[in-house]
Amino acid sequence: MSDHEYVPKSKFGKWFNDRLPLLSLASHLTDYPTPKNLNYWWTFGGILSFCLIIQIVTGLTLAMHYIAHADLAFESVEHIMRDVNYGWLIRYIHANGASMFFLAVYIHIFRSLFYGSYKSPREIIWIIGIIIYLLMMAAAFMGYVLPWGQMSFWGATVITNLFSAIPLVGEGIVNWLWGGYSVDNPTLTRFFTLHYLIPFLILGLVVLHIWALHIPGNNNPVGIDVKKPSKDTVPFHPYIVIKDAFALLMFMIVFAFFVFYSPNILGHADNYIEANPMVTPAHIVPEWYLLPFYAILRSVPDKLMGVVAMLSAILILAALPWLDTSKIRSAVFRPLYKQFYWILLADVLILGYVGAMPAEGLYLLIARVATAYYFIHFLMILPILGFKEKTIPLPLSITEPVLGGFPNAVIAKKKESLD
Amino acid sequence: MKNIFKISYLIILLLAGANQVIAAEKIELLKTDWSFKGLFGKFDRGSLQRGYQVYTEVCASCHSMKYVSYRNLFEPGGPEFSEDQAKAIAANFEVTDGPNSDGEMFIRPAKLSDKFVMPFANVKAAQAANGGAYPPDMSVLAKARSGGVDYIYSVLLGYEDPPSGVTLEDGVYYNKYMYGNNIKMSEPLSDGLVEYSDGTIASKEQMAKDVTTFLMWTAEPHLEARHKMGFKAILYLIILTILVYFSMKKIWSRIESKV
Repeated sequence: MSDHEYVPKSKFGKWFNDRLPLLSLASHLTDYPTPKNLNYWWTFGGILSFCLIIQIVTGLTLAMHYIAHADLAFESVEHIMRDVNYGWLIRYIHANGASMFFLAVYIHIFRSLFYGSYKSPREIIWIIGIIIYLLMMAAAFMGYVLPWGQMSFWGATVITNLFSAIPLVGEGIVNWLWGGYSVDNPTLTRFFTLHYLIPFLILGLVVLHIWALHIPGNNNPVGIDVKKPSKDTVPFHPYIVIKDAFALLMFMIVFAFFVFYSPNILGHADNYIEANPMVTPAHIVPEWYLLPFYAILRSVPDKLMGVVAMLSAILILAALPWLDTSKIRSAVFRPLYKQFYWILLADVLILGYVGAMPAEGLYLLIARVATAYYFIHFLMILPILGFKEKTIPLPLSITEPVLGGFPNAVIAKKKESLD
Repeated sequence: MKNIFKISYLIILLLAGANQVIAAEKIELLKTDWSFKGLFGKFDRGSLQRGYQVYTEVCASCHSMKYVSYRNLFEPGGPEFSEDQAKAIAANFEVTDGPNSDGEMFIRPAKLSDKFVMPFANVKAAQAANGGAYPPDMSVLAKARSGGVDYIYSVLLGYEDPPSGVTLEDGVYYNKYMYGNNIKMSEPLSDGLVEYSDGTIASKEQMAKDVTTFLMWTAEPHLEARHKMGFKAILYLIILTILVYFSMKKIWSRIESKV
């Protein structure tokens, strides 16, 4: 890090800082040189930190009133909704917060895909991000089980049953996960324990994610390296802080609309029916943010291969820095990649849609084509594109396009913001 | 700026739209004007009180409501009976309490702090008395069916003779809006079934609307508080956002770059 050595002004400050350099850390975070051309897609990192904190704070409060027992869980949630002071508010923030968290993380991931933020020297940031995303999915899935409604119970049954696809030891693993011969009280208590634990693992990984980010510094919409500090950068405070705050407030307005005016629209009505092992719901669907992977799972006729495909779909992202052979980061300068990027985004949205539909007829066919394309994008298109694509020349510095010195980039940047 | 608005709007539409598609029913549900919908939606007190009457005189003989307490009946945001009325209502029911100092269980009239007394001792007893079908608990029913209040309202009014060619088993009825069209509950409402004390004419539609409103309240007892707080919270956020926006513009004006 190129920032100059920080020396505290007061004697006590110096004494303290020599022993634990918290003041140096604060100074680093304040002065942290950030490219000044970051657009609003870059504000989702801050928004995601906010989401994590909100989930932890509301989650802790809920845990004080929730009872992790198969006979009492549903009732305790109703107790929270009815009798706990502002319990309804806390629970609705937590439940919708999960959806908002995923909405933000998907935007964050697709921003990274567009601007090539996963490329050298930011591979570690990216991989930590993928691990965080995996943990988020685990936490969200287990959290959805806790209210012990019909979708909780049957979702847990379907997902844990996936492990039975593993040859030889599958059945044993499933029974071990359940703590019995079906999803029951032991399953609920361990899911609660893990659901409580994972957010703190995520918090630790977020610290690493940000630490790793502060080594090379932020990527930017132009995707070229910037000198730090220079006239291409601004100090994190106040410039980025105020901009992140503004974006966060916009996000909170959307969040508040869900919490206050349609708190149940993202959930499933069946989860307000208490879990009943004797009655299977008409169709079992996961929460919306897991639908694309659910579609991939169901598009493969063989159970084991379906599970393998679903896991590969996520893990393949970790290999992305090496699958994408292009040296150019930003899609702004990659006319062909840009087309494929939008096709991939559409592909994932289509997968999400068919994931919510019954796996039959036309839906199944669409799911299969979309699944195949998803893998083709990462395993064939990206590696080849790096060699074949004719890219637009890069500007020398980000000041150049910002000040209009480089017409192509200006036009490209304008078009970006329209998209 | 504009883009952000546009994009957030599109995201909301997309999420809402996707959910609508998922929840889409084959048959158009009956609609009525619910007073509790919308940004300022509130329950109609009269309708809630009448709805309670319909529930207690018609539904409660089979359907339990185990998460609702008698005290809820006079709490703000609900039917808002007076405390004395709520006490009188509770006193009509008997609960088993105990053990007392002699170690005996005893029966006493219900108090405000008691949950609604259930019509059957347990699920099995309810099934035995209802031809094998369990009348679902009604506490959160309005949130537990896709289509929500519109669905419940439609089912209450959706009884008709089965179309030709459809034969029904004994104790099964035809309902246009019920999933699978078969329902084990006989038509619960008929014109003039209850006598409203406020002079409202107890037509089938009126009773269906009142009891469904009541069910929405039992499912979401803090709905009014939520709407009220939501308006304040969002107004506050909008004002703060505008202030932060201008602060941001001011701060960024120090350098030659746009935000």
